[in-house]
Amino acid sequence: MLKVDVIENGTVVDHIKAGSGLKVFVMLGVAGGYSERAALVMNVPSKRLGKKDIVKIEGKTVSEDAASMIALLSPGASINIIENSKVAKKYVVSVPERLRGAGTCPNPNCITNREECVREFTKEGERFRCHYCERLVGAEELV
Amino acid sequence: MDLISIRDLEKKEVELILDSAEKIHSGKKKPDHSGKILATLFFEPSTRTKLSFQSAAQRNKMGVVDFLPETSSLKKGESFTDTVRILEGYADVLVVRHPVEGSVRLAADVCERPVINGGDGANQHPTQTLIDLFSIRKTKGKIEGMNVHLVGDLKHARAMRSLAYGLAMFNAKITAVSPKGLELPKADVDEIKAKFGCSIAVRDTLDPRDADVLYVCRIQEERFADPMEAKRMKEKFMIRKDDLKNAKHGLVILHPLPKINEIESSIDSMPQAKYFEQAHYGVPVRQAILDWALSK
Repeated sequence: MLKVDVIENGTVVDHIKAGSGLKVFVMLGVAGGYSERAALVMNVPSKRLGKKDIVKIEGKTVSEDAASMIALLSPGASINIIENSKVAKKYVVSVPERLRGAGTCPNPNCITNREECVREFTKEGERFRCHYCERLVGAEELV
Repeated sequence: MDLISIRDLEKKEVELILDSAEKIHSGKKKPDHSGKILATLFFEPSTRTKLSFQSAAQRNKMGVVDFLPETSSLKKGESFTDTVRILEGYADVLVVRHPVEGSVRLAADVCERPVINGGDGANQHPTQTLIDLFSIRKTKGKIEGMNVHLVGDLKHARAMRSLAYGLAMFNAKITAVSPKGLELPKADVDEIKAKFGCSIAVRDTLDPRDADVLYVCRIQEERFADPMEAKRMKEKFMIRKDDLKNAKHGLVILHPLPKINEIESSIDSMPQAKYFEQAHYGVPVRQAILDWALSK
């Protein structure tokens, strides 16, 4: 059994779709140069998912925007905020109907990748439409 | 009121603009916006869109100021949004064309004055769509139920993508005809089908026998990464007089222009060719658009 130390204050992102953990890790900005403890555990057996990834980060609390981004990568992932080695708050991320100020349009010719502006995406069915270039893209493409 | 995308308009608003254009064209309506000024900001080449907007403004008794990127402070590094903010102080309505997609929406976000999209990259060209719908209505009497063949580079041509949406709004039948690799994007097809329940047939060869309208566009060479590929497509997709032998009586051929070699020049003199008329409809339709934008 692989053992990863508990963290004292920080965040555990659990029930990440297997294979998406590394993207969550990178997206949360702990992939390089982060000074606190951080762990990425991949392909852990899971009753619900079969296999799952887990991310543990000491000294970092996941913001609402970051939780929305995690939802795009892995709907159903759970966020556990840890304080003094105990779970202070736990919630399951949900895909938002609208993203504002978060996400990156994958269209290289979209104005949001050329000029400074607040990015905005609206959910249409299972996909998202960029407010500016109007391109319809998959949720994972926004991360 | 801004006009950025055909998606922003309800069918009744489209009808309102087309009806207004009809009245202007027949001389029953003469918009008067004396004292108002139109600014044209074209960051990409244009003949018809820019000049017909300037003509439309003058017919609406407006003044015109023209921003020329090559002799402006853009050369000193001024940003696009700053340029728009400056121009809104010099005019009452702005028409903007820009090669970057979404740029005109951004212009509208930072500008208090009405902004009209004159084409943004491969995204939208809503005023061309209104001219196209007006042209179909003028030449065929109605849009509903017409089988419109959209022919050419449906992937890159913003006019085609906007038009497909506009046609679906009016429950026309759409036949998308393009070389392999230049099809109407699947996302657009799915959206149109889901929103309007209209039928879209997809073909990769030209067969205008069941067409009421043949709407042709050029291969958008400037949007190809590989110029050789663009050249190959241009040679492959050309409409010849012979192709029209078995076409329906009353077929109408439209084109947003400029046409390069996708329509054989002998077709220009055929009664079916209505693309020059279509370009001329640009003035009353854009008069109606300016009137709508300033009156809201």
